[in-house]
Amino acid sequence: MSLLDVKNLKTSYGPVNVLAGVSFTVEPGETYALVGESGSGKTTVIRAIAGLAPAQDGSVKFDGREIRGASERELRPLRKDIAMMFQDPVGSLSPRLTIRSLITEPYRIQGMKDRDLDAEARRLLEMVNLPAHFADRYPYQLSGGQARRVGVARALALEPKLILADEPTAGLDVSVQGELLNLMNDLRERLGLAMVIITHNLNVVRHVADRMGIMYLGRLVEEGTTEAIFKEPRHPYTRCLLSANPEPDPDARLERIALKGEPPSLLRRPKGCEFRERCPFAQEFCSQTPQWEVENGHGLRCLAPLS
Amino acid sequence: MTDRLLEIDRLSVDYETARGDLKALRDISFDVRKGEIVGIVGESGCGKSTLISSILRLTAPNTRFRQGKVRFKGQDLLQLPERKMRDLRGADISIVFQDPMQTHNPVLSIGQQMLDIQHRSKASKADKRARAAQMLGAVGIPDPEARLDQFPHEFSGGMRQRIAIAMALMSEPDLLIADEPTTALDATLEVQIIERLQELQQEFDCAILFISHHLGVIAELCDRVVVMYAGAVVESGEVREIFHDPKHPYTRRLIDCDPGHIKERARVLPTIPGEVPDLANLPGGCIFRDRCDQATARCMSQVPPLAKLKEGHHAACWLNHKEAAE
Repeated sequence: MSLLDVKNLKTSYGPVNVLAGVSFTVEPGETYALVGESGSGKTTVIRAIAGLAPAQDGSVKFDGREIRGASERELRPLRKDIAMMFQDPVGSLSPRLTIRSLITEPYRIQGMKDRDLDAEARRLLEMVNLPAHFADRYPYQLSGGQARRVGVARALALEPKLILADEPTAGLDVSVQGELLNLMNDLRERLGLAMVIITHNLNVVRHVADRMGIMYLGRLVEEGTTEAIFKEPRHPYTRCLLSANPEPDPDARLERIALKGEPPSLLRRPKGCEFRERCPFAQEFCSQTPQWEVENGHGLRCLAPLS
Repeated sequence: MTDRLLEIDRLSVDYETARGDLKALRDISFDVRKGEIVGIVGESGCGKSTLISSILRLTAPNTRFRQGKVRFKGQDLLQLPERKMRDLRGADISIVFQDPMQTHNPVLSIGQQMLDIQHRSKASKADKRARAAQMLGAVGIPDPEARLDQFPHEFSGGMRQRIAIAMALMSEPDLLIADEPTTALDATLEVQIIERLQELQQEFDCAILFISHHLGVIAELCDRVVVMYAGAVVESGEVREIFHDPKHPYTRRLIDCDPGHIKERARVLPTIPGEVPDLANLPGGCIFRDRCDQATARCMSQVPPLAKLKEGHHAACWLNHKEAAE
């Protein structure tokens, strides 16, 4: 049984249809990446899983239990098992609390009164390679990379089974980004964590994710193992995303496939294939609606796939 | 010599703080020639922002210019009266900022803002409006005439950044400063902006000072590169020299760290352990010594000069001097 099983998840804000049916699974210990441009709905997916955004339809099963639409009361014990890392590392830490209070707050919220909070704070800081005296600091005294680590420490406090990480490396310097990814890889191996990572940085995905899903306008358009997707992307959108990745080499001659324009408005979803208007490979028959098809574990929503 | 548009000559800038003087820029030298694109690469705290605000002289009140010159077309901007400086800003030197969502005034239409910045021009209102529409078209905004009447919130982030570029180029400046203009954008839009900048640079023949921490973007766009670390220039040179034959350990390791380089899945990614030193309390010797795995006794005591290694390649590292001596 999958640890997380999301089926046909739908979210609308009024007339704006943000998620138009998203399905994927995450196995225990697996890292799954959701990739896509701004506005593709990636953040809404993980917020809906965590119960922080509404989901009007579909199903979210965690450890076999349906959690979509659960009340705050029902969700609270579950939040021990599902931890969230938010996108803005400093903004997600209350400026008035010390790092000790921040990373031990989950114990207080869960009413775990038997814990020695000082000892837990030391243990968590050590786990994310921060010195113990950081417990007395305030968020404004941290660099971006250090604030990220505090975010990781807080997410780990209750020994979750699943971490939902929203752009974990956004805003980090290149030399620090590697440290955070190494830390996450290491923790995953040691603690057997499963993760859903959201990012638009494809260079990051390659090194952390086992499988990945590519989102466009609130739907998955391709899904497969990270290796397969990088080696042989079949959806034109995936191919465009991969080729839009500037390389740190002035002589790199990229076969760049220009993506036309910007994503259309969710209020006016195109008929037929929703990527058709921007697709450099679109055919006449793309005016029909493509279905989600899975072959050898590789999912695809495209009528004119690349080979 | 006349082709030098901007010359930064041994510039040192401090911030006076309660903890003492923070040495934000130390002995910075580089130049930008007419019509070329120079990239400045550096991580947080390297002094990029101080450098830009020093060039434009839009500095905080506690800024002290300790030494050096900022020459633009031969005249030292640091000595210029404020009135003359105002004439220069936005006309001869213009800037595109990092965050496209906060660049525009939210309560004025884009067209109004594009008219307002032509206040120096004597042209009629209709001509100014036509010019604004033409510039929007030049940066690839479809149906520019109609979109002039729209407000910033009606445009996406990528479009807003392109509008900011259109506005910066409207006065046909000699120098465009682009401060991390693609950082807030998706990769697909980032590529669109870079390609657009390249086209416009050809068309308007302006020089661009392009600040970024994204090595891939720098490699693709720039002719020459200046690498900064903790308020100092550690290496500068032609883009191929910097990326193919880096002569400073910081540059080398920064390039190694870029995951764009590593094609196979790596369990452990390279990093540069340690932190940028406290600029109010500088260690002696080389600024990078504490994070450098090749540091020697000499690096602990003496600051390495930014030395010319060959035509178009400078680096500040004692290792290069040893090579030369042997």
